[in-house]
Order: sequence, then structure tokens, then C-alpha cells
Amino acid sequence: MNIVVCVKYVPDATADRHFEADNTVDRVGVDGLLSELDEYAVEQALQLKEKNEGSEVTVLTVGPEQAVDAVRKALQMGADKGVHVVDDAIAGSDALATSLVLAEAVKKLEHDVVMCGMASTDGTMGVVPALLAERLGLPQVTLGSVVEMQGMEVRIKRDGDTATEIIGGTAPLVLSVTDQSGEARYPSFKGIMAAKKKPLETWSLSDLGVDASQVGLSAAWTEVAETTARPPRTQGEIVTDEDGSGAKALAEFLASKKFI
Amino acid sequence: MSEILVLVDHVDGAVRKTTNELLTIARRLGEPSAVFIGSPSDDAVAGLKGFGAEKIYIVSADDDSAFTSYLVAPKAEALAQLVEKVGPGAVLISSSAEGKEVAARLAVKLESGLITDAVDVQAEDGAPVTTQSVFAGSYTVQAKVTKGTPIITVKPNAATPEQAEGAGAVEQVPVTISDAAKAAKIVASEPRKATGRPELTEAAIVVSGGRGTGGNFEPVEKFADSLGAAVGASRAAVDSGWYPHSFQVGQTGKTVSPQLYVAAGISGAIQHRAGMQTSKTIVAVNKDEEAPLFELVDFGVVGDLHKVLPAATEEVTKRKG
Repeated sequence: MNIVVCVKYVPDATADRHFEADNTVDRVGVDGLLSELDEYAVEQALQLKEKNEGSEVTVLTVGPEQAVDAVRKALQMGADKGVHVVDDAIAGSDALATSLVLAEAVKKLEHDVVMCGMASTDGTMGVVPALLAERLGLPQVTLGSVVEMQGMEVRIKRDGDTATEIIGGTAPLVLSVTDQSGEARYPSFKGIMAAKKKPLETWSLSDLGVDASQVGLSAAWTEVAETTARPPRTQGEIVTDEDGSGAKALAEFLASKKFI
Repeated sequence: MSEILVLVDHVDGAVRKTTNELLTIARRLGEPSAVFIGSPSDDAVAGLKGFGAEKIYIVSADDDSAFTSYLVAPKAEALAQLVEKVGPGAVLISSSAEGKEVAARLAVKLESGLITDAVDVQAEDGAPVTTQSVFAGSYTVQAKVTKGTPIITVKPNAATPEQAEGAGAVEQVPVTISDAAKAAKIVASEPRKATGRPELTEAAIVVSGGRGTGGNFEPVEKFADSLGAAVGASRAAVDSGWYPHSFQVGQTGKTVSPQLYVAAGISGAIQHRAGMQTSKTIVAVNKDEEAPLFELVDFGVVGDLHKVLPAATEEVTKRKG
């Protein structure tokens, strides 16, 4: 079985994330890493591989030069090979254009399962799996907290807003998993060493037959007009509880704000 | 004035509050039309009309089970057919997991720009301009769609629902659903159990518990009940199996923006702050005075939640008389 895991290189959420003058996310001036939520996708891909002998896991990313770090991390975790689509024209792409590039790259790879995380930790839209399924014409089996696969039949548990559902589909399909699907493994020393010898290809837009005019900031179907840093919250009163004084002070505060 | 389509968010015919918020927003942009996929009750139709729906499209397929038996894709196909028929000025959808996925597929079908998770939508020169809260609430972004029919998903509480009687003209819309859209089958579905408390994303007050509860949520729940609040949980509490995932507040759970957010025994990792940072008033109770969440609070109590919350519950109950 061939599994393609789509991963994203994102600015570290604990760093000072900010925007560039053109209102795009600064992806170069801030330390980046493999999106935490994509680690779950890599983990589930590796587990599927381990349960299905002869399977291969390919990690795919679209992003700037540094994004290769996200692919390397996944290779260290145990993926077999990597593909990094990098092209200056891609910078500033919206989710729709990104999904176009991903879809064209997936088409060039053998794929039974296209695995994704639930959302990126920077854009957090959570739409790329659905966009990919639509573009590839594949079943969308998304937001799994539990994944089971027998032969080509996939079943997931999906915890929705109003119900918990069991969703089933037949591969080839697009599968996305949540952070409830199980802790991602850490790369072992052996894994880190082995990753250095794993194949890692770099593709440009022309390799995919995508025209530069279809992607990037100027081709985006949405426009960010303005970005504003929210003023930091100012710390209010902090009291230390002594023999019930904390509860009284808390009730007093809530009453003063008319919550009681 | 152009027609603004609002996809009705309903559970087995019961319309959710977010739909009324979307209809209220739609009135700023044009003439609201409600799109009901399924069979609405008379009450549901009256409700949509009462929040300003000029038209109510009732969408049905030859095989009506297409919408309830398969995930997302049939709804996107149905909406695309309706959009092509009426040529609306925008499509508004609730920012639920399903709503965002329907919107995504619709955007590809219509070659239209997509904006998700709007916390506000206003009209500017007749076109929608959205506001989103990004980077764990540390930035706000204003955006607009520049191609095709704007497709916008809107977060709960983005607007206060305002009643306004619309014409509510009902129109039946038959659609065809392709076999390809019936590929991800809903094999089983178990509705969430009612807690008797307000819906987490809709509540005016939320009381959340974290690692500091040690697995005992009783003080959190009792304090919440004294305030008429919803109960939330941090990821640490959910991962420990202390509280169901559907109550998780944070990046990978629910984003809440209530009038009052009380965090009990929650240290305040960036992932948690992402889900509650835009709350109007923030209160924390934590044994650890170094907890990062204290930096954000309007009021904080350094103390053991197992002592502070029960005593505070008593105080609140007494004051409410």
C-alpha cells in the first residue's frame, strides 16, 4: 500500500509569529518546524505501514527552502521517502492554490491513502483535506480520532459537534486524523541516521505542470486587507487564598462585573 | 440587493442558534435566503422567517438519504447546484468541522475564494469584509474574497441574532447527487448526550478545568452550575481521560469567546490560550502563582481549586439568594 502524507512547515507557535508588509505570514524570519498536528498524520501513516507489509510512506510538503526540515523530521520518524515542492511563485498562496499544488504532486505519486493532519497550526483553517478530496475526486474520510484499515476498507471514528460518527470508505481516499488519534513517536537515533540516506526529491511547479499564474499571492482568490496585533491583555488583580479569602474575593469580583 | 445564501445548520431538523446569527449577518450584505438541506418542520420554517429569511430553499435529492448517509460531499454538490441557479452575492456557512469542509469543496466547484472562521462580517461597498482572529488570538486579520462567489464560514457568537420578519417564501429545490459524492459513508452515528448546560461555544460564561482538577471535575461543574455556565476542559484533562474531547477548549478543540471565562487548574499553554484568549473577562484559579495564564487574567486567585471553587460556589449561591 502506498501512503502519501501531506505535511506543513509552520512558524513555531511559541515564537513571535507575525506578518510581513504584504500581509503574508513571515515563514522565514521565525523558527519553523513540522506542524505538530501533522505529526499525528505521520504517526498514523507509519502505523498503517507497519500493519500492511510492503507499504511505503511518502512525505509531501509544499513550502519555502526551509520547509525541507518538516520532510526530514517525518523521514526521521520513519517515512520512506520525501518530496518537497518548492518554487518562488508559490509564496503567498491561499489554501485553494496550495491544495492545487498538493493535488498535482499527489497525482504524480502512487497513492492509496492520502493522509493529512486535521489543520495547520498557523492558518488553522482545516480545509486542505476536503480541498484535496474534491480536487482528486477521492472519498473524504476526515477528522478521525481512531483509524482502522482492513484491506482497502478504512473506518474512522469522527467526533463531530453534535454526534460521534463512524465513517467508512474504500481506498484510494483522503484520510485526515486529529490529535486524539494517538501520540506521535519521537525520532530514534537510528531513525535520524537512517533518514540521511532516504530519497528526497525537490520538485518545481513545472515538474507538476502547474502554471505560475495559478498560484502565489497575486493569484489568491482572497485578499488580506489588514493585519493588526491585538493589544496585550493587562494583568488584573491577583489574590492569594487564605482560609477562604480567595473565594470571597472572587465572588466580590464577579458581582462587581455583574456576573452574579 | 443581491441574495445571500445561508446554509441552515440543523440537527435532525432542529435549527441551531448559529443559523440565526448567519441570517442576521446576511441582512447586512443583502437579502437572506435560508438553504435547508432536508425536511424542515413548520417551526423551523417559521424560525428562519422570523430571523429575516426572504426565501427558504428546501433542498432534496432523488435519494434523500444521500445527505444523511454520506459525509460532506453531497451537501457541497447540492449547494453548488443552487448557487449556479440563483447567483448569490455570498454564501454563509457555520464554522463547524462539517461546515468548513462543505465550504472548501464548494469553493473548488465554484472556483471561488474561501474564508473560514470569521468572527465578524461587515459590508463594504456591497461586498463582505471579514475579521478573523489568528495566531492564538494575538492578531486580527481583515480579509475579502476577490474571485467568484464569496464563501465564508462564520464562528458561533459572531453576531447577536436579531429577529426581523422576512417574507419566508418557500421554494423546493430538487438536486442530483453523483455517485462519486456517495463515497464516504456514515456507517453509524451516535448523538451527543445533552448535559443540561449551555452549549460550550454559545455560552455567556464558561468554567474550564485542567490538570489541577486531578481528575475531579465536580468543583468545576458545581461552580459552573451556580453561574449558569458551560463546562470546558483543557487538553491535559481531556488527554488524561477526565473529560470528553467534545468539551476541549483550545487550538484542537473549541474556540470560545464568552463574556466570562474561568480557568481552574489550567496553566495556560499557547494551545489553550488560542481557544479562549478573546474572552471578555478572564479569571484563573491555580495553585501555581507562576502559571502563565495569570498574565492574561482580569482577576486571579492563587489557591487550591478544590477549596476555592466550592467556597466560591457557596458565595455565588448565597448572593444570588
